[in-house]
Amino acid sequence: MKVLVAVKRVIDYNVKVRVKPDNTDVDLANVKMALNPFCEIAVEEAVRLKEAGVATEVVVVSVGPKACQEQIRTALALGADRGIQIETETSPEPLSVAKLLAKIVADEQPGLILLGKQSIDGDNNQTGQMLAALIGSGQATFASKVEVTDGAVQVIREIDGGLQTVQLKLPAVITTDLRLNEPRYAKLPDIMKAKKKPLDVKTPADLGVELREHLRLLKVEAPSQRQAGIKVESVDELIEKLKNEAKVI
Amino acid sequence: MAILVIAEHDNQALKGATLNTVTAASQMGSDLHLLVAGNACQAVAEQAAAIAGVSKVLLADAPQYEHEMAESLGDLVVSIGSQYTHLVAPATTNGKNLMPRVAAQLDVAQVSDIIGVESADTFRRPIYAGGAIATVQALDTIKVVTVRGTGFDAAPASGGSAAVETLEALPDAGLATFIGQELAKSDRPELTSARIVVSGGRGLGSAENFALLEKLADKLGGAVGASRAAVDAGFVANDLQVGQTGKIVAPELYIAVGLSGAIQHLAGMKDSKVIVAINKDEEAPIFQVADYGLVADLFEAVPELEQKL
Repeated sequence: MKVLVAVKRVIDYNVKVRVKPDNTDVDLANVKMALNPFCEIAVEEAVRLKEAGVATEVVVVSVGPKACQEQIRTALALGADRGIQIETETSPEPLSVAKLLAKIVADEQPGLILLGKQSIDGDNNQTGQMLAALIGSGQATFASKVEVTDGAVQVIREIDGGLQTVQLKLPAVITTDLRLNEPRYAKLPDIMKAKKKPLDVKTPADLGVELREHLRLLKVEAPSQRQAGIKVESVDELIEKLKNEAKVI
Repeated sequence: MAILVIAEHDNQALKGATLNTVTAASQMGSDLHLLVAGNACQAVAEQAAAIAGVSKVLLADAPQYEHEMAESLGDLVVSIGSQYTHLVAPATTNGKNLMPRVAAQLDVAQVSDIIGVESADTFRRPIYAGGAIATVQALDTIKVVTVRGTGFDAAPASGGSAAVETLEALPDAGLATFIGQELAKSDRPELTSARIVVSGGRGLGSAENFALLEKLADKLGGAVGASRAAVDAGFVANDLQVGQTGKIVAPELYIAVGLSGAIQHLAGMKDSKVIVAINKDEEAPIFQVADYGLVADLFEAVPELEQKL
């Protein structure tokens, strides 16, 4: 079974984002970029499926400008077999990404498609579900355990209040939550080897997809800042403040 | 044309998040319909009909809707979706699972996790873990929106008297099967709607030590939360995680104990009305957002606090 993993290049999760002075967007110039943490978990899971003999090939796909090839190479260094970059000028909105990925699914015919549950830039949490809808497959979001049995996959999902287990027919779309696995670190020889793994570049036109604007970003602002309050010296003082000043207890 | 709100419930009672979502939807337009899809959920439809501002309740009562599976419920929402200007759901794990599927089937975009309504097609939402706030205009004729509960007040649960109409269930496509679920049983209030939340981090050191926070939470009638570090270390269950990818809370009082305050954690609680931080590291970033900071050993301060309350 082939496994397809979709990954995204995003701001490194340790970097504090800054809003541009003209409020058109956030400022990503000269900011450290990385593989989206949830996508990294998706890659790790796919590689583990291959190591367990469940998957035969792991294909990584990313949509974006040429720079996203870096993140595809990162995924290849983690153990994926080959990469596909879909070249676009900017990072398109989730529905467009899902349409492009649906074409790749039609070409590649994977049994399982893994994505991160959300990217830490847009925080949309949409692409996997949209892709599942477009290819007419079942979906398991927020996965914390994935088990492939013949012709089906059982997934434990992290839902509000607990855990839910579902079974999906293959092909199926799974989006990863934080606790699905702990991704490995790429070793230097693997990073060198990744440079030689095949990486195809396609355009939306190659795939017959015309990207439309569904959402318009009107403004980006810095959030209102909370001011640091005071330090209290003792538990007694804390209780006094909460009772008489904040009046919350 | 009307607005459709997808109700969140457990087949017996409406979940609180539905009420906040109704408030958000009411700012997008006037005629509000509520979809209650579930199994043996007549009681929920009656509660839904009583919400102030709801003009009609659609009840789809069938076994395939018992667990709000996105595949079958999505087909149902899509089948009536084009009769509405807006399809709105709470940004709970159910809403997040369902709505993008609906949007893609209707070939429209979704606006996730909104915290403000500027106009019928323009919304405010946090991006980059709350590091920035985007104002987004949805250009499609049908707007699919999920709502962050803490961004809106709850609509009054009584005062309305909407008619309940039955909606025919659709055949299940058989793509996904519900196997089972384990829900945490707790007498404490739900994390996202609790008036007081007591959260712990890595500083608690063990699952056993979380009992200190539980005692404090119980004394205050509050819920217990945790940082990602505490969840990853196995101190508490996953669904107690507060933060960018966990629960978003905005209680009246948030007590952060033994947690440093990573930006991803702050994203989940910085809209709380009053924040208290108890940490022995006075440099911890949590103190920069705390109204009241106590630099102290939590193992002394928390029991003392619990006793003196």
